[in-house]
Amino acid sequence: MSKVMTKEGSISVEPVLSRSEYEDFLYHEAALLDGWQLDEWFALFIEGASYEVPTAGAPDDADSAEALFYIADDYFRLGHRVKRLNSKQAHSEWPRSKTLHTVTNVRILGADADGVKVTSYFVTYRTKNNVTHTFVGRHYYVLRKIEGQVRIVSKRSMLDIDNLRPQGRVSIIV
Amino acid sequence: MVTLLKAVPEKTGTWVVEDRNKGVFKVAREAFVSEEVLEKERERIFENCWLYLGHASELKQANDYLTRNVAGRELIFNRDRKGTYNAFFNVCPHRGAMVAREKCGSALGFKCFYHGWAFNNNGKFATRMGEGFYPEDFGKDGSVDLVRVPRLEEYRGFYFVNFDERAVSVEEYLADSKEIIDLVADQSPNGMEVVGGGQEYSINANWKLLMENSYDGYHAEDTHATYFDYLSDYIGGAANDDLSAAKVESRAIDLKNGHAVIEGKAPWGRPIARTIPAWGEEGAADIRVMREELEQRLGAEKAHRIADADRNMGIFPNLVINDIMAITIRTFYPVSSGLIHVNAWALAPIGEPRTHRKRRLDNFLEFLGPGGFATPDDVEALESAHRGYGNAKYAPWNDISRGLLKDKPTNFDEEQMRCFWREWARRMEDQ
Repeated sequence: MSKVMTKEGSISVEPVLSRSEYEDFLYHEAALLDGWQLDEWFALFIEGASYEVPTAGAPDDADSAEALFYIADDYFRLGHRVKRLNSKQAHSEWPRSKTLHTVTNVRILGADADGVKVTSYFVTYRTKNNVTHTFVGRHYYVLRKIEGQVRIVSKRSMLDIDNLRPQGRVSIIV
Repeated sequence: MVTLLKAVPEKTGTWVVEDRNKGVFKVAREAFVSEEVLEKERERIFENCWLYLGHASELKQANDYLTRNVAGRELIFNRDRKGTYNAFFNVCPHRGAMVAREKCGSALGFKCFYHGWAFNNNGKFATRMGEGFYPEDFGKDGSVDLVRVPRLEEYRGFYFVNFDERAVSVEEYLADSKEIIDLVADQSPNGMEVVGGGQEYSINANWKLLMENSYDGYHAEDTHATYFDYLSDYIGGAANDDLSAAKVESRAIDLKNGHAVIEGKAPWGRPIARTIPAWGEEGAADIRVMREELEQRLGAEKAHRIADADRNMGIFPNLVINDIMAITIRTFYPVSSGLIHVNAWALAPIGEPRTHRKRRLDNFLEFLGPGGFATPDDVEALESAHRGYGNAKYAPWNDISRGLLKDKPTNFDEEQMRCFWREWARRMEDQ
């Protein structure tokens, strides 16, 4: 961590990598999701990380203590989400849907003590029961490089759609 | 309605067959897949049953409004300058464009963007026309006011509409479900409110499948194994019953007019008054205070019922109020025989502290909604059943007999669904 002087004194700020390094990381994450390598995907998150999907149309600063989300996982529940999705008893995703995660418009928004804020646009396709549904929106990450690996401190996926019609559910990781 | 069960439903408009002697209750799958049946449902059910519009708390102040589609009709639900609640058809009396096109807001009036016709928020025509184009008394008779939905009535903050001017009052219609609504409305001395962020989603299945599913205790163990895996790990031991040692009887209650509720006790914590070890000492202390408040205000017996028992209620035809690990209000409409649009909300005490609210919403999301550990699997089951009904000609019957012969059906039986189907048949089947 680098140090920055502020009015309050010096604080540690996560060093910012090049955009292409974050892009590589996001492409890697997308490939893990498309391959249903969910244990490997979960390992990208640091302990204590969070994963959120607010309801479609929610403001970017929506708070899961005040508004109903689709998903507001702490690290424990995210672990169970992965365990569940690995199980054939997650009926919504068994037989497994086919997914394709595309990531574009990657930008570095800044850095603070929590990590580097990186955003991307996404289009995720889910095919199940002969129907393909599309999820579009923006991912917001806080990322940190720990022991040479980029890791996720938090991930929030904002859906830029009006509602889940026709998608119906967010049973995949978008 | 006691008819002998035929191998194939006859095309005489009989879809529900109950034979108490044999202990058999069957519903023809044709009732789920036929567009003709849906047309008849629109005419005989959705045109004259009370349909849920919204909760009083969604319009906090005078002039607040929201737009909502109810059973295929675009409506405005608003409060006028005096604070009175109204329901209007969202259509300009002039040439028909929608006069309100945002989801919600605050408005003293509504102005149609097409030709600029304007209306006060009590629906009155309020447009200044140039001279000579219309008669001087144009609109004075109310003929170009916004058209009100024929009936708008509420019970304990739950607003309903009815498109049939002659309908009985909503209180009469709700019958014994009022008592169950009370058990929700009474949970806080400050009243209850809808939490921001409603969930709107679709399901490719018939709407009646969702009604059945919403109070189906029988399916939980099989369909929701992954949720219960999570729950037992999360709870951190057996649910803490120090505060709620009293037993809860598992039962299904016929609430009349097609409404029914199942009541029982599940292993999850209830944000109102049943703690679990995972909520720690702080959670237990919070819950103790809430429990005492309930007992003081409502008496021990009612407090026990509110705090200790879980309830899944279906109000005919399409309103679900489930008071379980959180409270959800869910209503839904058929777009076609095989497509449902669902609206779901969380209901919570007004003024609930942030920590309690977070606990409640976490509880909600763990199970309920499009990203929960349970609802997506329900959706899969409903869609799977609906696809299966494509075989209706050769595999014509659903069996809803579980517990038919019991004096006291439990929440793991299917009596609540039979209450729905008996009312459905009464309205749909020609005698």
